Amino acid sequence: MKVTDKDVVYVAELANLELTEEERAGMLRDLNSILEYVDRLDELDTSEVPPMAQVSDRYGRNEAKPGSARFAYASREDVVEGLRKSLAREEALANAPDADEEFFRAPKVIER
Amino acid sequence: MPTANMDLKFLTIDAARTAVQERKTTAQALAEAHYARIQQEDGQIGAFLTLSKERALEQADRMDRMAAEGKTLPALGGVPVGIKDVMSTRGVRTTAGSKILENYIPPYDGTAVARLEAAGAVVLGKMNCDEFAMGSSNENSAYHPVHNPRDLSRVPGGSSGGSAAAVAADMAVVTLGSDTGGSIRQPASFCGVVGLMPTYGRVSRYGLIAFASSLDHIGPLAKTVKDSAIVLRTIAGRDPMDSTSADVAVPDYVGELDKPVRGMKLGVAKEYFSEGLDDEVRQAVEAAIDKLKALGCDVVPVSLPHTPYAIPTYYLIATAEASSNLARYDGVRYSRRARGVNTLSEMYRRSRDEGLGAEVKRRIMLGTYALSAGYYDAYYLKAQKVRTLLTRDFDEAFRKVDAIVTPTSPTAAFRLGEKSNDPLAMYLADIYTVTADLAGIPGISVPCGETKEKLPIGLQILGKHFAESTILRVAHAYEQA
Repeated sequence: MKVTDKDVVYVAELANLELTEEERAGMLRDLNSILEYVDRLDELDTSEVPPMAQVSDRYGRNEAKPGSARFAYASREDVVEGLRKSLAREEALANAPDADEEFFRAPKVIER
Repeated sequence: MPTANMDLKFLTIDAARTAVQERKTTAQALAEAHYARIQQEDGQIGAFLTLSKERALEQADRMDRMAAEGKTLPALGGVPVGIKDVMSTRGVRTTAGSKILENYIPPYDGTAVARLEAAGAVVLGKMNCDEFAMGSSNENSAYHPVHNPRDLSRVPGGSSGGSAAAVAADMAVVTLGSDTGGSIRQPASFCGVVGLMPTYGRVSRYGLIAFASSLDHIGPLAKTVKDSAIVLRTIAGRDPMDSTSADVAVPDYVGELDKPVRGMKLGVAKEYFSEGLDDEVRQAVEAAIDKLKALGCDVVPVSLPHTPYAIPTYYLIATAEASSNLARYDGVRYSRRARGVNTLSEMYRRSRDEGLGAEVKRRIMLGTYALSAGYYDAYYLKAQKVRTLLTRDFDEAFRKVDAIVTPTSPTAAFRLGEKSNDPLAMYLADIYTVTADLAGIPGISVPCGETKEKLPIGLQILGKHFAESTILRVAHAYEQA
């Protein structure tokens, strides 16, 4: 077993998930079975292989340009409301479970 | 012409648009006929989560007025479509199949939806899917499962199960789906329709609810290859609102469909015909390859040696990205909040606990674990490196061939409940589809026969980056032969 119950509690905390005791037991079983399967990646020697984070590393780049200008297709001018108008405040607040006329409302952030 | 009982079976985009253009029917009547069909069939199938009737009829009216004034309708003028519920639709509830977005009404349209509507499409409603597109059977929808129209005891595939089932059951002419590990092609295969995943970056994801950003794609599910080509032409192309959308010209996919396939080189990789492949699926796909040979294609063996590592690679990268993307569901801005919470952290935890389903939590946990201190190099970074190897496999193969043909899925549609308690068994249903997502290449699934039990089988055709024209052409030639 790679993952212990303690790991599950810790990772759930990192992920902001509250798991019941029953969920924790299931998670322990599933994570271990999946990670055991994943271990087959260790059969491959990747010491000389670069990681691939994005497919778009592979197209659209203009190698003739220096530095980040190579990615010019993915940038825009830095202006207010450059691509579209911002949402009106009431629209932005419309889906909030709790809001007044100006702000999202949430429980106190600092707990004492 | 079209009435509530009209035969919608063979209604393609061109047939629908032409009928509206020539005033043989109206877009309103077409929409109503589809709603009647939904009313009749969807109780047992469950493909729709939300109907957008008001919006549909307004758009239909717009198209009818254009036709009445003798104006030429755009490419999808009056054509009834469905949108997977992971794509934002202004004013129409968008749940991503999750309870946490039960009441979410987007204030804007995603680009693919906006482009379809600008081309005259009539949006009937939002299609059921696995929660946050995480699943291969549609059983992870927080609302209800979808049943395969060809056999109601079986799954339609996933995660775009509703999108596939609606087309298969004639409840929409075409639908949009999304594909992160096979979620367009696998359900298309299970339901006997055509499903196209374009190249990564070909279609803007602006307005798509993110699952795994380096893997998410939008594409069409349709009755014919030609309809897929029409939809792709409509939604493809650079969008300044999505910085990953590619600045690559959009060809005339439809115009290129009828170009000959004679002399084209098709690769067959033994790794896609290995253990776990159902015999009937193997036979059907081999027969399809023979048919392509008879059409003049050269079939060449290719090797994709890293294929057995694709599923573990995929499930590390996809879950890592998901754990980050789904952090936004915090109970503050648009997601549901648990009642009676007193502190901020209690609000996060309880809202996510109540709002997210078991598979979503499982993936967030796996992804968070793979990214956490001490495990990043062993899991996430390792997977990114193997992703490079998988992509190089394709680079190498495509030096020799124009396209690669494989089964879409190792089996035909399985039964509801058959795999739902075994996450790993479910993940293996994506074994032939995740590779294209990881490499960012396009793939299409086209029906290629049935099992003895009359379940559809899919042939997958994979192509080079931005070579959608090539795979559409092969698929079209196969379909028409």
